[in-house]
Amino acid sequence: MEKVRKLTSEKGVMIFSKSTCCLCYAVHMLFQELRIKPYVHEIDHDPDGKEIEKALSRMGCSGPLPAVFIGGELVGSTNEVMSLHLSGSLVQLLKPYQNLS
Amino acid sequence: MNSTSTQFVPSRRMGIYETVDVWGDFKENNCLDSSPEMILEVEGKVDNHMQIISQDTSPGIVGPSNKYDHVVRKPVDKVLRRLAQNREAARKSRLRKKAYVQKLESSKLRLIELTQELQRARQQGLYMGGDLDFSQLGYSGTMNHPGISTFETEYGHWVEEQNRQVSELRKALHSCNGERELQFFVNSGMRHYFDLFTMKAAAAKADVFYLMSGMWKTSAECYFSWIGGFRPSQLLKVLLPHLEPLSDQQQLEVCNLRQSCQQAEDALSQGMDKLRLILVETVSGGRLGEGNYLPQIRAAMEKLEALVRFVNQADHLRRETLQQISRILDIYQAARGLLALGEYFQCLRALSSLWESRPS
Repeated sequence: MEKVRKLTSEKGVMIFSKSTCCLCYAVHMLFQELRIKPYVHEIDHDPDGKEIEKALSRMGCSGPLPAVFIGGELVGSTNEVMSLHLSGSLVQLLKPYQNLS
Repeated sequence: MNSTSTQFVPSRRMGIYETVDVWGDFKENNCLDSSPEMILEVEGKVDNHMQIISQDTSPGIVGPSNKYDHVVRKPVDKVLRRLAQNREAARKSRLRKKAYVQKLESSKLRLIELTQELQRARQQGLYMGGDLDFSQLGYSGTMNHPGISTFETEYGHWVEEQNRQVSELRKALHSCNGERELQFFVNSGMRHYFDLFTMKAAAAKADVFYLMSGMWKTSAECYFSWIGGFRPSQLLKVLLPHLEPLSDQQQLEVCNLRQSCQQAEDALSQGMDKLRLILVETVSGGRLGEGNYLPQIRAAMEKLEALVRFVNQADHLRRETLQQISRILDIYQAARGLLALGEYFQCLRALSSLWESRPS
């Protein structure tokens, strides 16, 4: 989907989220702890929200939101983010975007 | 609600009362049963006191007649006064009866209303309505979801198997068995923990509050509980002393793992706090005090799906922590670590039982 591609390529670290989703909030908090300021796009406040959700699942996002993109690449949902973080890989991926405030 | 009222046409015998429409009150009410009797009753009364009127006499005239001389001798004003009193008594009686019947009718309507409400609520599986006793609603062991009963039984077996595996592992370590045997025990031990996470996922779907409350664990384990299970960071703290000696590389990796585990835990804790707040606001945010909080319950039910996701996410973190630590350690360290972990939980369970059974 054009909108998704545009947003993810423009923003280094990006989270597709819903304002009511507490797991999305948890992932956001994790990134903040890692000194990252991700761009959070709340799709429930976006009129194209449903389209975006469909596009995300087509792109291979396993579960429901959040959907995390780093450097334009889909990382995945909460499971993937947590696994990457525990293995130490997440910090490596985020290094170029740290401390950008 | 329309009903026919009896229209009593005054008979000629009651001609002197033509100014008073005796039956006027009954024209709008529903006292079908009573009217005929009243008519007869009053007619009877009239008959008793008005035997002076003959069929021939035109209305309005009370005149002496030879046949009724003995009655005419009674003073007319006394008779008239008596009749007026009767009229008044009858009128009051009718009014009282009317009021009583109206009260019955409105009670009947209210009862129909309540019965319909109750039927509707029963269909939705909940109680509502101001007159029902809400203290009867509440958790009762006999009202367990079948998924929970299954989980409780399976968890009992899980603990037995866990105890068996712990003693096998202890024996294997102390008898200095080969790597292959130890690898076997470590693999089964890890799989056993993963089995528990699978069981918990099913139980969370059945009753997430039950799972999160930790009621299925001993009280000591429950005390240390975090989102329906043990804290991953706590697990690492328990393991660490038993993994010595660690190489420098291992030290670094364990240190990193502890830090990332703590960060992930903190993030999930913050998400949980937010969810808890949202749930409280949902339950308390509607209109309270009117005996019907079904809208709040409905809104909260949608949010409980998020709670299930959190429990699953916490178990995922536990699983990842176990897998990462086993990746960092060699087989002897992993075996010692698993044994320490197994004995740690046994210790907590024993602590619970001993505390509960101590003499008061």
